[in-house]
Amino acid sequence: MKRFADLLDSLAYQPQRNAKLRLLADHFARVPDPERGYALAALTGGLDFALAKAGLIRGLVTERVDPVLFELSYDYVGDLAETASLIWPERTEAGNAAPTLRDVVETLNSTGKANLPGIVAGWLDALDADGRWALIKLMTGGLRIGVSARLAKTAVAQFGNVDIAEIEELWHALEPPYEDLFAWLSGSGPKPDPNLAAAFRPVMLAHPLDEQDLEKLSPSDFLAEWKWDGARVQIAADGGRVRLYTRSGDEVSGAFPEIVEGVDFQATLDGELLVMRDGLVAPFGDLQRRLNRKSVGPKLRADFPCAVRLYDILLDAGEDLRSLPFQARRDRLEAWVERISHPRLDLSPTVPFSSWDELACLRRDGAEPGVEGLMLKRADSAYMPGRPKGLWFKWKRDPALIDAVVMYAQRGHGKRSSFYSDYTFGVWRGDELVPVGKAYFGFTDAELRELDRWVRANTVNRFGPVREVEKSLVVEVAFEGLQRSTRHKSGLAMRFPRFSRIRWDKPVEEADVIENLEALLPR
Amino acid sequence: MVKPESWLKTTPGGLYCEPGDFYIDPTRAVERAVVTHGHADHARPGHAKVLATDATLAIMRSRYDDQSGITQQAIAYGEVVEIGGVKISLAPAGHVLGSAQVVVEYAGSRVVVSGDYKRRPDPTCVPFEPVSCDVFVTEATFALPVFRHPSDEQEIAKLLRSVALFPDRAHLVGAYALGKAQRLLRLIRLAGYDRPIWLHGALQNLTDLYAGFGIDFGDLRPATEATKVELAGQIVLAPPGALADRWSRRLPDPLTAMASGWMRVRARARQRGAELPLIISDHADWDELTRTIRDVGAPRLWVTHGREEALVHYATGLGIEAEALSLVGYEDEDS
Ligand SMILES: [Zn+2]
Ligand SMILES: [Zn+2]
Repeated sequence: MKRFADLLDSLAYQPQRNAKLRLLADHFARVPDPERGYALAALTGGLDFALAKAGLIRGLVTERVDPVLFELSYDYVGDLAETASLIWPERTEAGNAAPTLRDVVETLNSTGKANLPGIVAGWLDALDADGRWALIKLMTGGLRIGVSARLAKTAVAQFGNVDIAEIEELWHALEPPYEDLFAWLSGSGPKPDPNLAAAFRPVMLAHPLDEQDLEKLSPSDFLAEWKWDGARVQIAADGGRVRLYTRSGDEVSGAFPEIVEGVDFQATLDGELLVMRDGLVAPFGDLQRRLNRKSVGPKLRADFPCAVRLYDILLDAGEDLRSLPFQARRDRLEAWVERISHPRLDLSPTVPFSSWDELACLRRDGAEPGVEGLMLKRADSAYMPGRPKGLWFKWKRDPALIDAVVMYAQRGHGKRSSFYSDYTFGVWRGDELVPVGKAYFGFTDAELRELDRWVRANTVNRFGPVREVEKSLVVEVAFEGLQRSTRHKSGLAMRFPRFSRIRWDKPVEEADVIENLEALLPR
Repeated sequence: MVKPESWLKTTPGGLYCEPGDFYIDPTRAVERAVVTHGHADHARPGHAKVLATDATLAIMRSRYDDQSGITQQAIAYGEVVEIGGVKISLAPAGHVLGSAQVVVEYAGSRVVVSGDYKRRPDPTCVPFEPVSCDVFVTEATFALPVFRHPSDEQEIAKLLRSVALFPDRAHLVGAYALGKAQRLLRLIRLAGYDRPIWLHGALQNLTDLYAGFGIDFGDLRPATEATKVELAGQIVLAPPGALADRWSRRLPDPLTAMASGWMRVRARARQRGAELPLIISDHADWDELTRTIRDVGAPRLWVTHGREEALVHYATGLGIEAEALSLVGYEDEDS
């Protein structure tokens, strides 16, 4: 537990991505099984303790600490978990051995509600302040130390000197504390068998199109498709199992039964999850009602019916098609859609064109609801995990849209004074987020309530009316123009920025980089 | 017994002893000052007469030059002088080199003004000595039970581990120029680190002064004279104000560490932009404060600057008559 606590502590203060990776890889190298595996589980969201809640901690602390001193301290520190961990009367001399991370995980998973307070109190007695903080954060499920599941997996890959795609492909077949994974990565065991039914295949991603590059590209080398305004998913059906994955490999089958039900084929398909009514795509806001849920009730399912619009096929009846050129996979996909009937699956059509100018016109005018731009894919491109250069491009419709990360939130004025309604957002400059603007509208009242809740639950720091939040929420920001500015750290000022969408689904690593904005500056 | 508040008074200029006509740590220039230690909010320039330890006087001279007091009187710990029927002596406070508690006796009662103090060992100064008294005057910088500083060894180990893990990054450690910087240097040496340690120019004078009092810091070098390549994987000490300043651009991919008791609270550590917070304080933490109150056994407690409310609450619970003096002009130092 001590080393896990040290790790959390260093990660929490370290802003640089590369430094975080080094801290993680060092931890995996130094710390033995099963401790390192449970640490990995904690960082990838693989642990969930239903009974251990913040109220339990507060109860234990107030039994032990003078209430006046507790209130003064809480007021000063501002965070319950931190106050509790610091103020807990240390009793290390009582001689209890500090728990290991394994003790904590296994005991929390097997202990009933009645015995929990006594056990937790014993642990808190035996740990030091950093250990108590880590324990409370772990138990109550809010590590919030700026490490995404993907970053943790990247560190594992670095530790073992393998490609991240290999880890992602295996991931669903692994379980905490991942002893088989670490054995393989440290050269003392075989590679764990990924050949489990319906495995996730790491997805291929596109680069934003730089329009100046079009001259160098030949239209006849590319196929175009509409870019749908939904959430990227992968359907994997094999050996009697059907799984629906997000683009980062998290399984969400339970939340979208209409997709999973009635699958009697054997294939792995790539497509866009959309809310569809009578063959038409509903606004993204409708889809949001269905995202981020573990399960779905009949009403929600009926009101917001989901479907998947397919654009690639990776495996067909056990045959791996990923090394085929895109054109050949496309032919296979079209034949497959002809052959298979599933009420909630359809084909994303290609968009025929003969010149870039023609395509630019189509991008501007001719599209149905739910289209946010075009995808350009080289006809000869194999399906390669990650974001290979020069093969796939996304060409969004409105150039003045960026994906930014929410960094700070501030209370509004007037009737919004109880809401965190003014948001400072930033984009990446190398490893760092730099603030590029502030927006306080563009969302509905319902979205504001959700944002406000999110801000309160994800605060990492307070400065008067301003809260610094966990850098984990991407928003699509629309704006009217961009100018250079010496007043902002980023050197940019945005005109008329507002939220156009909240991307609850999007990993922060995929927010825009500052170079994308600089390219929009007037010359 | 004459009540102490009738002869030792809270004034806008600080604590004033009427029969002896002197101030303790006055916040403005006065005729006669007794100074507990060299930190700028306690030792101010421009007094006519100053009484303090020789180390404190030396610190004042190095800082204020001809503004450090027209007459300086040095006394050793334990030595007693009498001014206007008031007996004054100094006892070690364990805060920084030369730091002292001022023990004043008059009309049958004894008041100890402890200045700033800590209880844990510090290789650069004489440890605190509790003096029994009728009124104990204490600071309250870290007077909340959330402040319990971990051991120095643990924090230094954290720094050295990071140096080993990031051998390409300069470790830029922010430390207060008087006391904290020199203590850190000694602690790093005691942990067995014998490579050169690089100093920001603003730390040089006081570090030399400490060395003159016989404290050995090993191989120290001016950071300004090093090349970027030389500083990779090295420890560089600078005053906190220089951390975010252009000065630090000379360093290769600096990793910012900050040594202060405030680093215990995450929000404060983030505010300072610390990537590696080191919880090392020259002020007593909650346990040290409460232990000291019990050690000196005074029936009355006067609390000067910091988080007075919690300490007054605690002492009242022990049956001590406690009050906050609400002195102005002293800072939450240990930044
Ligand atoms: Zn001081
Ligand atoms: Zn002070």
